[in-house]
Amino acid sequence: MQVFNKILMSDVQIVNAPPGVEGSGFFATSLDKAIGLARSHSLWPLPFATSCCGIEFMATMGSHYDLSRFGAERLSFSPRQADLLMVMGTISKKMAPVLRQVYLQMAEPRWVLAVGACASSGGIFDTYSVLQGIDEIIPVDVYVPGCPPRPEGIIDGFMNIQKMVQTESLRRRDSPEYTKLLAQYGIQ
Amino acid sequence: MSTLNNEALFHYITARFSDKVVLIAEPYGLLTVETNRENIIDLLEYLKTVNELQFVYLTDITAIHYPDQEKQIGVIYHLHSLKHNIRVRIKVFLEDGDAHIPTATGLWNGANWMERETYDYFGVMFDGHPNLVRILNVDDMTVFPMRREYPLEDPNRVDKKDFYFGR
Repeated sequence: MQVFNKILMSDVQIVNAPPGVEGSGFFATSLDKAIGLARSHSLWPLPFATSCCGIEFMATMGSHYDLSRFGAERLSFSPRQADLLMVMGTISKKMAPVLRQVYLQMAEPRWVLAVGACASSGGIFDTYSVLQGIDEIIPVDVYVPGCPPRPEGIIDGFMNIQKMVQTESLRRRDSPEYTKLLAQYGIQ
Repeated sequence: MSTLNNEALFHYITARFSDKVVLIAEPYGLLTVETNRENIIDLLEYLKTVNELQFVYLTDITAIHYPDQEKQIGVIYHLHSLKHNIRVRIKVFLEDGDAHIPTATGLWNGANWMERETYDYFGVMFDGHPNLVRILNVDDMTVFPMRREYPLEDPNRVDKKDFYFGR
């Protein structure tokens, strides 16, 4: 039992503390670093899966790749409670208003991950009925290339989102740049 | 078991419609006839209801666009006689600015969505259709994408521009 505990405990990884001032009995850092650390390891993704990238996402959530290790255990199928919109698959022009509404229903702060060639650029579907990348209608934070990307690719994209969350200033969402970005998409 | 073949079928058609229906071809054994919009519904009803024919199954309604022809838009009906296990194809050609044809929804309820699809992609107006609106494409689309004058590709696509390939 002792051996078992030892093995188990030694495998547990704890995230590193953000940069700060450390001394005997105290640790000081800035609020947005502490909040970024917490947020980045408890992102609630909303999977918007429309085709084969969604199948890869199922593998990513499964026990082998296990996206839960990154704190994304809890998928949110309500946009109101989600932090991260994961768009996986071809978005037709008829689906575009639906995706946009889902994005608008999400509360700030919100991030968007475009998984795969179709969500990023339209992919092979260069045609009149398919949206040529979801960034035509909503702002995107991270693009994952691949057709479809392997689960490792999706995890890499997710970790890039985590990095953004960790380093994001708490005031970013109030900044004029961010308002301007949203205004480009006709939001607000 | 009856022995309805293409020859007998065309004989039945000409007996009723004489020269209003003409034979075009029989590719792969599929009897293909052409008629006009004044006679199309009569012809469909005849094929469906006459006891010796019984083309009760409407397989498809679609269209085709030949920009070089005088009558550019062709509306195509595929019928299937389940009783006699034989199919027939009927074409009606219409002029581009006047692509009107009577609806077949009075004969088959299944024609409803097929005609909406044909309208959606080719702009064929099915007169008398109960709800002739787009069925597959977005409602605010302004073109009929399967017509030849409209490019297949989306003009918003940027990553295929020659500039990115040094051309």
